[in-house]
Amino acid sequence: MDRYMKAPLDREEVKTLRAGDYVYITGTIYTARDAAHLRMSQALDKGEKLPIELEGNVIYYMGPTPAREGRPIGSAGPTTASRMDKYTPRLLDLGLTAMIGKGKRKPEVTEAIVRNGAVFFAAVGGAGALLSKCIKKAEVIAYEDLGTEAIRKLEVENLPVIVVIDSQGNNLYEEVLK
Amino acid sequence: MIRSVNTELLTENIKEMCIQANHYLAPDMEKAMREAYDKESKPLAKQILGQLLENLDIAGEDMIPICQDTGMAVVFLKIGQDVHFEGGSVEEAVNEGVRRGYEEGYLRKSVVGDPLLRVNTKDNTPAVIHYEIVPGDQVEITLAPKGFGSENMSKICMLKPADGAEGVKEAILNTVREAGPNACPPVVVGVGIGGTFEKAAILAKKALTREIGTHSPLPHIKEMEEELLAKINEIGLGPAGLGGDTTALAVNINTYATHIAGLPVAVNMCCHVNRHIVRTI
Repeated sequence: MDRYMKAPLDREEVKTLRAGDYVYITGTIYTARDAAHLRMSQALDKGEKLPIELEGNVIYYMGPTPAREGRPIGSAGPTTASRMDKYTPRLLDLGLTAMIGKGKRKPEVTEAIVRNGAVFFAAVGGAGALLSKCIKKAEVIAYEDLGTEAIRKLEVENLPVIVVIDSQGNNLYEEVLK
Repeated sequence: MIRSVNTELLTENIKEMCIQANHYLAPDMEKAMREAYDKESKPLAKQILGQLLENLDIAGEDMIPICQDTGMAVVFLKIGQDVHFEGGSVEEAVNEGVRRGYEEGYLRKSVVGDPLLRVNTKDNTPAVIHYEIVPGDQVEITLAPKGFGSENMSKICMLKPADGAEGVKEAILNTVREAGPNACPPVVVGVGIGGTFEKAAILAKKALTREIGTHSPLPHIKEMEEELLAKINEIGLGPAGLGGDTTALAVNINTYATHIAGLPVAVNMCCHVNRHIVRTI
């Protein structure tokens, strides 16, 4: 089923999503990948505040290519989500509502998604030029020294994603192999 | 007759090749993608393949890299034994080409200088360079920027002779199954059978640069390539791992002599953005 959603997301609406739904996201989302997750985790260990609010928000696992002049961003497709599995349950318990990436997640992540009524979306891997067109604004808001791995705030318009793991624990990757 | 080649020529070609490979998919790959789109029977899979074709069009027209993971630069240099390089170090010339290509082409710098300290080198160097000395006075450069979504799902299995062809096929199928959606299907599977531990891996990497749709000249290996492609596409993983008929576009196998006690098998997974480009100077 095709759905159109505004980000930050409404958690009650997120709970109605089902694995296999095709969702177009419009609004504000954030990027973070390996190095930014490590920094956020270290910040939490030290009792520091995170550079982004988590509640209702979407983290896109993505590190773009540099933007050409006059463009907000370069190629901008998803990276493999499982590398963030170590850090994800904690972020979900603190309010993170959705993630966009690609590939399998550990059972602990699925459990945290169900526990919190969250969702894991896949964007199509290797479609970075197409996805770049849905990003209207991009701004580095933290960890600038990490270059492509810095946390960016993105304004997106109809970013196409597919629900892989829903809040009931259904998993599209597993369903298609049955 | 000795032919002199200035290393600056190497640098300029590699620079251009980095930019070209990351914006225009090789014609054999694009053809394979279009054929897969025409044949795909599952609606969501067809939609995703359609998006990937549209992505290729946008990449070329707007000069946005096909994928944001513009890879670590893998370079195969086949150097004619009658070539004399002048102008500086060959290794430095290759790295300078990568440096200029990734900077001028707005490509992502994805290389860290030390695997444990993990500080980005900020210019995508060093490249991974494989040298081969061949007869003649020319230099053949193959550039294959490699993304790590699929690289991370690659494997080497040191099988034993008793495992035979069946063991080899099982090892390849298991690697593809385990890779699942992580390797960004539809994939190209590069396989190296034989040699030693490192030889098998290099054979597999090279197999990814072979033109899609061509087969090994060895009849039993050609048969294995065809059988494995059919079996992989029966798994049902599909584009992006979201179900469908198109899980792999090709299985390319290279072989080499090996030891009486061994049967090494390396499986190098590659996503549908299988970049490879060849120039001869």
